[in-house]
Amino acid sequence: MIITVASGKGGTGKTTVAVSLALSLASEEPILLDCDVEEPNAALFLNPTIEAHREVGQMIPSVDLDACTACGRCAEVCQYNAIAVVGENVLIFPELCHGCGSCTLNCPTEAITEVLDVTGVIERGRNGRVQFAQGILNVGEAMAVPVISQLKRWAIPSSTGERPVILDAPPGNACPVVEAMHGADFVLLVTEPTPFGLHDLKQAVEVARDEMGLPVGVIINREGVGDQGVDAYCEAEDVPILMRIPIERRIAEAYSEGVPLVDALPAYRERFRRLYADIGQLVNGSKEGER
Amino acid sequence: MKQLVVLSGKGGTGKTTVTAALAHLASKDLSIVLADGDVDAANLELVLEPTKLEEHDFRSGKRAVIDSNRCTACGVCETVCRFDAIHPPTETPFSYAYQVEALSCEGCASCFYQCPEDAIRMEEQLAGRWFRSDSRFGPLFHAHLFAGQENSGKLVTLVKQQGRLLASDTDAKLLLVDGPPGIGCPVISASAGADVALLVVEPTVAGAHDLERVLGTTEHFGVPALVIINKADLNEGRSQEVADFCAERGIEVVGRIPYDTVVTEAMVQGRPVTAYVDGAVSAALRDVWERVKARLALEA
Repeated sequence: MIITVASGKGGTGKTTVAVSLALSLASEEPILLDCDVEEPNAALFLNPTIEAHREVGQMIPSVDLDACTACGRCAEVCQYNAIAVVGENVLIFPELCHGCGSCTLNCPTEAITEVLDVTGVIERGRNGRVQFAQGILNVGEAMAVPVISQLKRWAIPSSTGERPVILDAPPGNACPVVEAMHGADFVLLVTEPTPFGLHDLKQAVEVARDEMGLPVGVIINREGVGDQGVDAYCEAEDVPILMRIPIERRIAEAYSEGVPLVDALPAYRERFRRLYADIGQLVNGSKEGER
Repeated sequence: MKQLVVLSGKGGTGKTTVTAALAHLASKDLSIVLADGDVDAANLELVLEPTKLEEHDFRSGKRAVIDSNRCTACGVCETVCRFDAIHPPTETPFSYAYQVEALSCEGCASCFYQCPEDAIRMEEQLAGRWFRSDSRFGPLFHAHLFAGQENSGKLVTLVKQQGRLLASDTDAKLLLVDGPPGIGCPVISASAGADVALLVVEPTVAGAHDLERVLGTTEHFGVPALVIINKADLNEGRSQEVADFCAERGIEVVGRIPYDTVVTEAMVQGRPVTAYVDGAVSAALRDVWERVKARLALEA
């Protein structure tokens, strides 16, 4: 089962939940993927041993000027203005390229080949029985999505069977989040009971449930601050609240030191196993609903 | 006119809380324009009670659409698509034609050019909306990127440019931009042209790690940075580590904000914390504003 942990608003506890869930399911050899490639933090809590890594990025065009007739077709078909033909020269702007390959296919003289433009790395390793992988976008690079998609392709086996696969998503509600949710069986949304948390939760539900058709559930973190808005919204929208984590200084302190919640408060392990079982039932229920 | 962007790297460290407080404090000293650069989770409006004056469409990017009557199901489009956005005809719901999964389509038009039947057209997307509003502290430009859309960087740039234009037309002294989390395209867009980036950090292992990366980003683009340590007393040891790191890198720490539940209370009331209660948090934020003002050489 593939579960993406997302939130909309940042700093609500996605990484806390993703790492704790993985550690609690250690006997099932889970795979934890940190898909927040702009600011990956899960490794700070899991302390995995990294066993393999590779550079990733996107395929950008490289033009053989001997074969090029400067016809301008590549620039014409590029939707991102990543190629300009100036006189006999072809200028390529890697930071605008999406790696779609349309220029290669359209070049009438086959003058274009593609080379990897490195924008980040992906790493794979483990801590005990928890398999781990993360993507790291290079500082100064703009596009997170290619790093996330290559991380997923590399680290998620084509058939996961009963194995839990947990994806820690980036904040926000734009394309990197969609990439992290794509292919998931369930989206677990971690929020805080405040107006900011609620505002961004609504948008996350729109993305996951309404746009992508995925079953969703909510964890309310820091229960006790803020107001009742999230509860009221979840009830009105029929979104299940699967867990509540109270606001507690010792939880915040453990977090600040990079100690996973389930290590600081071991009683939470059982709660997270229960959560996983509940999610399994919701996923099966929604599959039956489709039939 | 000076441009200040509030960033953090890690999400949820208090960017919007700081921005709203600075908006409140700055507006007492000089005329300002505000822009919310976090377009896919825009929260600044929740504490500024803006009145919308204008609303505009944000059209950006295209999506492939397959004409089911012309499609012969040859499958060329699926072969050339590198974004797994095109899928074969399905039994249920029954379809003769290949289908585009809109959220995965990047609008590259590769399928459009390769389709032998001319069955594909590219349609421009309504990707969001943007607004000009009046707030208690000055004009606010903000936006709403529709669920799961791309090009948030473009929308951030648009919102910010509108703010800049109005600021220069009205001779405002400061454009204050609430930035998005992360270090990628929307952050780069929000930081472009800024005189100073104010980085809000929390004293945690993750906060310190993310500070280094966002600082790398602002340095890469040549934007000088200042740091605020938020919830500083939650972990004094980690706060000191952040301060030491900043000292090593020659970055001024312009404030240490104590942890206090009044920050959330103010948010629930829909007000900047400095306008809600006068306590240690507000005092620290007033001090931050004085230092930022001095750094930007802003005169009242």
